[in-house]
Amino acid sequence: MWRFISLRLLQAIPVILVVITVTFFLVRIAPGGPFDSEKPVTREVKAALEAQYKLDLPLFQQYTSYLGDLAHGNLGPSFKYPGRSVNELIAAGFPVTAELGLYALLVALCIGGLAGVIAALKPNTAQDYIPMSLAMIGICMPSFLLGPLLVLVFGIYLDWLPVSGWGDIPGDKILPSITLGAGYAAYIARLGRAGMLEVLSQDYIRTARAKGLPQWQVVLKHSLRGGLIPVVAFLGPAFAGLIAGSFVVETIFQIPGLGRFYVQAAFNRDYTMILGTTVFLSVLIVLFNLLSDVLAAWMNPRLRAQFGSH
Amino acid sequence: MTTQTINDIDQAEQGTSLWKDAWRRLRKNHLAVFGLILLVLFIVIALLTPWIAPYSYQAQDLELGASPPSAAHWLGTDIFGRDLLTQIMYGGRISLAVGFVATAVALLIGVTWGAIAGYVGGRADAVMMRLVDILYALPFMIFIVLLTVVFGRNMLLLFLAIGAVEWLTMARIMRGQVQSLRQQEFVEAAISLGLSPTTLIRRHLVPNALGPIIVYTTLTIPNVMLLEAFLSFLGLGIQPPQTSWGLLISYGAESMEEFPWLLIFPGLALTLTLFSLNFLGDGLRDALDVRGAKD
Repeated sequence: MWRFISLRLLQAIPVILVVITVTFFLVRIAPGGPFDSEKPVTREVKAALEAQYKLDLPLFQQYTSYLGDLAHGNLGPSFKYPGRSVNELIAAGFPVTAELGLYALLVALCIGGLAGVIAALKPNTAQDYIPMSLAMIGICMPSFLLGPLLVLVFGIYLDWLPVSGWGDIPGDKILPSITLGAGYAAYIARLGRAGMLEVLSQDYIRTARAKGLPQWQVVLKHSLRGGLIPVVAFLGPAFAGLIAGSFVVETIFQIPGLGRFYVQAAFNRDYTMILGTTVFLSVLIVLFNLLSDVLAAWMNPRLRAQFGSH
Repeated sequence: MTTQTINDIDQAEQGTSLWKDAWRRLRKNHLAVFGLILLVLFIVIALLTPWIAPYSYQAQDLELGASPPSAAHWLGTDIFGRDLLTQIMYGGRISLAVGFVATAVALLIGVTWGAIAGYVGGRADAVMMRLVDILYALPFMIFIVLLTVVFGRNMLLLFLAIGAVEWLTMARIMRGQVQSLRQQEFVEAAISLGLSPTTLIRRHLVPNALGPIIVYTTLTIPNVMLLEAFLSFLGLGIQPPQTSWGLLISYGAESMEEFPWLLIFPGLALTLTLFSLNFLGDGLRDALDVRGAKD
């Protein structure tokens, strides 16, 4: 097991280095300096600013200096919000995004997992078709359409739930979490169904049934762990999707999270903010992929045996 | 030369029966057929839009403003009094074009890359596929946002960026196919007859791997269209005066409280297209009996 984890960790290192390097040079070749757009500044001021942000150094030195800062966890100052560092902006926005992502994941796992298991228990009946058709709708209905529609129905017509904000009014976290989680619930339902169908056709399940175990025991104790391995393996890629989804959901519901900061930084061409956030989110996504792979491997007895003896 | 021709004829015969068989199976799948018909309909409408659109793209009626669906404007008008049906038709041209062109880019890169890696094998294969693994782990949604910042928001770039993201799975599928095909006798025969690698890949390997490629292509197009709509919704994709379904949805979301039809109809157009493509892709996968092409 440890060998598997260290192997995957070793694979993650080049990925993270590629992310940092590509992002850094992409941002540096972007046309126009960060101080060009606003009111023109005198040459001396510009030179002073460039010196402050180390833009006067040769490109490669900027790169090594950035790597050095990064190693100390310092993502640099923001170009657009003078006096604030990228670290501070991330510290302000990330907890909100993380909470939103967590709730969305819970929505996805509970609804999707349940639907998948229910559908797999009676394949090719109404009990299978109805949840799976709903899942297809969930996959084809993007969050930027589902969000406004939910707002329209539950926020405006029915007036049951608040339509914007985060943690200001009770209940304002419900619609964003559902909007972000719905698509993943659909994927998880499909994966869970496929995984459960595979497990339920195994001999050991037949043995369990032949012993006369009740249905709930067969499902909960014998099949669930094996059947949900594909779902766990999907959580890594899903995490990357949740981050991207938070860009949209935070914009729709005016939530002050990292996703909204990121999109605003993209509009403002706040280069250091973009650079810092990209690096931060990418490292996070790579690590989460790692975690989900390790968890899926740990749940799979065959893989565990393969790596466990070392 | 003669042997090659004979070889081709053999293959052609076998190929036809395989495709006929697949088509027969596909026709039995009602959802897939429905998807195919709807898709063809949308494509035909998109191609003919300049001639059949009820109003001109620029036409506006500021006095009318936003109006609900009526006999003159079947899907209503937006706040500038522009006909929504016309807007959706022109937006569909762009959304579909992005979907197809970016997928074509992905197809070209992915198939070439995978075929070469699978054909050459050995160390080159290891290096090429390791690179694919590394790129796979990159968070591309974030990178595309970054690219729009660096290179400005133009459509050509959008095609390229999305195409550059989606080729990875294609490369993996193609490599697996080529690797298993390489061991078959007809390929060995072709090699021993002195066929050049390029001809071999083009003539024998790619056509034989066509099934999984077609299925995956069909399932890539909706992903690409979603990506375009996602970027356009955030304002980082298609820019006015051009329009796309994603952009229309974003305008619709702004004024949905008073004018809900501005959100619902573009949303319906996008969702129906994605539905069609997904059903068709699922149907093709079953008809061509391709395993594991979706993930």
